[in-house]
Amino acid sequence: MLSLVIWISVILVGVILFTIFRVYTLVQVAKGKQDIRDENNTKWNALMGLIFLVGGVTVFFWYSFKEFDNYVLPIASEHGVITDNLFWITMGVTVFVFIATHILLFYFPYKYQYREESTASFYPHNNKLEVLWTVVPAVVLTLLVGSGLKAWWDITDEAPQNAEVVEIVGYQFAWASRYPGKDKQLGDADYKLIDVDNQLGMDFSDKSSFDDFLPREIHIPKGQPVLFKIKARDVIHSVYAPHFRMQMNAVPGMPTQFWFVPTKSTEDMRIELGNPDFNYEIACNKICGKGHFAMRYIIVVDEPEDYQKWYAEQSSWLSQNPDYLANVPDNLKEVAMISAGM
Amino acid sequence: MAVAEVQIQDHDVHHEEHEHHDSFISKYIFSTDHKTIAKQFLITGIFWALIGGGLSVLFRLQLGFPDMDLSVLKPILGGWLTDTGKIDTEFYLALVTMHGTIMVFFVLTAGLSGTFSNYLIPLQIGARDMASGFMNMLSYWFFFLSGVVMFISLFIETGPASGGWTVYPPLSALPQAMSGSGLGMTLWLVAMVFFIVSTLLGGVNYITTVINLRTEGMTFSRLPLTIWAFFITAVIGLLSFPVLFAAALLLVFDRSFGTSFYLSDIYIGGEALPNSGGSPILYQHLFWFLGHPEVYIVLLPALGITSEIISTNSRKPIFGYQAMILSMLAIAVLSFIVWAHHMFISGMNPFLGSIFTILTLIIAVPSAVKAFNYLTTLWRGNIVFTPAMLFSIGLLSFFISGGLTGLFLGNSAIDINLHDTYFVVAHFHLVMGSASFFGLMAGVYHWFPKMFGRMMDSTLGHIHFWATFIGVYLVFFPLHYIGIAGFPRRYYSFTNFDAFSLFSDLNAFVSVAAILTFVAQFIFLFNFFYSIFRGRKAPANPWNSNTLEWTTPRVPGHGNWPGEIPKIYRWPYDYSKPGAKADFIPQTVPLSDTPESNFPHENEMMENEQVVKKDAAKA
Repeated sequence: MLSLVIWISVILVGVILFTIFRVYTLVQVAKGKQDIRDENNTKWNALMGLIFLVGGVTVFFWYSFKEFDNYVLPIASEHGVITDNLFWITMGVTVFVFIATHILLFYFPYKYQYREESTASFYPHNNKLEVLWTVVPAVVLTLLVGSGLKAWWDITDEAPQNAEVVEIVGYQFAWASRYPGKDKQLGDADYKLIDVDNQLGMDFSDKSSFDDFLPREIHIPKGQPVLFKIKARDVIHSVYAPHFRMQMNAVPGMPTQFWFVPTKSTEDMRIELGNPDFNYEIACNKICGKGHFAMRYIIVVDEPEDYQKWYAEQSSWLSQNPDYLANVPDNLKEVAMISAGM
Repeated sequence: MAVAEVQIQDHDVHHEEHEHHDSFISKYIFSTDHKTIAKQFLITGIFWALIGGGLSVLFRLQLGFPDMDLSVLKPILGGWLTDTGKIDTEFYLALVTMHGTIMVFFVLTAGLSGTFSNYLIPLQIGARDMASGFMNMLSYWFFFLSGVVMFISLFIETGPASGGWTVYPPLSALPQAMSGSGLGMTLWLVAMVFFIVSTLLGGVNYITTVINLRTEGMTFSRLPLTIWAFFITAVIGLLSFPVLFAAALLLVFDRSFGTSFYLSDIYIGGEALPNSGGSPILYQHLFWFLGHPEVYIVLLPALGITSEIISTNSRKPIFGYQAMILSMLAIAVLSFIVWAHHMFISGMNPFLGSIFTILTLIIAVPSAVKAFNYLTTLWRGNIVFTPAMLFSIGLLSFFISGGLTGLFLGNSAIDINLHDTYFVVAHFHLVMGSASFFGLMAGVYHWFPKMFGRMMDSTLGHIHFWATFIGVYLVFFPLHYIGIAGFPRRYYSFTNFDAFSLFSDLNAFVSVAAILTFVAQFIFLFNFFYSIFRGRKAPANPWNSNTLEWTTPRVPGHGNWPGEIPKIYRWPYDYSKPGAKADFIPQTVPLSDTPESNFPHENEMMENEQVVKKDAAKA
């Protein structure tokens, strides 16, 4: 019943608007307004452009400054400082061009709005001007590209030898992580070995697997290089940790990686933000299915000594799942028991 | 040229024979007349724009008001609403996927190129019709078929394709991964194949027509920039769409015939798949080899339309005609070698990333040239604010603001943090979506009098413009902030993350703005349909324009010109020429008729011109 009333009123409003428009049009015709240029509400449109320009730019600056701390997340990695710098340099250049061109874009139509007595000037080209605005953008862009590439090469360069290695695996719809354990060697894994318990398909014929451990959240040491080795089990995911300004897709069948140096521990960040519940988060940033928006994982950045302590306390996956000793070749069983700490 | 002459004669004969026996079906449905086909594309494009826009309203409701009870929509959405009246999470992904697919392909590719290339190419170059009217008709009907298949996919039980409009495998290849990757994805691929066929049929026709059927005197250096834009667009489409076809075909093989082009080492749904050796990255390369040129396929026609409209309504020649053509050519070439900037963090070799950063930022140079040339065209003009002109100014604004954010995303180091966030959403909705949409709108307002012989109401046009222009900025500008804050796109909700807990108020604001902007389009719809039937009759040349289409009768019949096709004597931008009687000199006016405004070199050309005229008289 209610929806019927709604529909009827919508239709009635439509009919009323239509009638108003019809009457308005007939009045226009009766008034003899035939010349097309009369109808262009010239002054009004020209003025609207200026109002839009001034109003828009004001709101833009007001909101950008007011909300600055909300939309710029604090940076917690070394390269993040560099990429954010690049970001703000580019911002400076683009905001300048944006404002300058928009002033012209709305000022010209205002200044040169149609007047019957005036004529436009015939000005089909000017090579000097055209060369000028080919060369200037080219130079500015070269500078931006140059500094960008320098940063890009540094970031994507090979990870330092001493980097802490963490494997991150994305699957629908969660993350898992694996540490190499005491031998600092990640064991082999094969997707065909995956089962309900062995979520990462760890291969226990490789002795590096014995001491690998799978914590419930990632711990990394502050101030030391960390190398994420990234894999996906089913579809493409993306490891996105906005505070570290790091992102890399997780691709099934093609391991990827990203290394960086965290600069603030979780505790540092809690103090900086005045938020005792703060945690670094990983979000999935490549559409992966219905749970895409809920693939959250926590990264804890520890002081180096706390990290070492935490690392040493972790027990190997094999020791928590002794059934899998059966998969270890007979000649390695003893080694496995020892290195898994069983 | 022989081909062209035969064609023209053909059409003359045809014209006389069939004048009076067009049945309703051959005139309005299976028509081979380029003007009718253009209108078919336009109306179909409007239909799809409403569907695509409607879908965006639905997902904006979810993003802006996550707690809202949408049970009112139960009759339409049925099982896609949960018991508590929320949108199903998978349906949300279907919504964004279909919104993207529909807007990019059906509205901005078919609706824009299909309408205006078809409508304007023969009229502006002086041809009776397209080189092949039949192929042109097929082009529309393949598009229609594609649309029918895509439309059906919206209603099937497992839902339409939901893996994002880019449909990356393995997500799109495995029905186990999401329900939309089942039948919905199959229909998506079938629809795209038909769509590609349609685009290629149209493209071949546009290219052939522009090369072969230009009227006497219409040299390439006298072509209006609209035609240059459509021509270049058609070439880009012809070279890039087949690659999408290949990508889609391999995806079909992977989905249905057990091949492993894109699949490798996958464990899903409790089982390890046998596929090995494939690469999901391969698909991304193939897809973006079309996907990036596609951006220019939707943008260049809009820029061409804008060039024509800004020049006409500034009453000035377009500034830097040659530079405009050269920059379009440069954009066309470069558009093929920048695709991997969509893949900086896909895991491809970082060295490749640096090459594509360089190439990507090079493409900004011709784009900047175009923007500055438009601004200079406005300078010292005598600017008439027709709705078409306002939409062109709006386009320029979006082209600049959206283009500038491209400098962030094209720079691989900065892209690491912005990739797939709302910053990207803001970027391409401004530079590709809104700019092209405004080009489409500008074109409709400008050529409506020619299409339907009547005028649209300009005041309603102005209201429509300001509502849409301000609305678009209110929708997409705030998304930059959300993007800088790292909000990922294609998220059903942000409540699971502490990092994304802010800005729910801004999201609500954006949703309200989006809905109002969508509603404002009904002003246009009313104006459009009302004016088709009741609008004031249009004068022959309502905007005092120079181009050839305004020399046809008010409603041009089959064959466009009742008598001979007019000859061309000058470029299309002789506006406000010093010394001239009026502030425009149509292309059909010989130089010998305007000695008062000729430049010295034109006086020389005038002599040759007269020879041509004498020859014609003898013949």
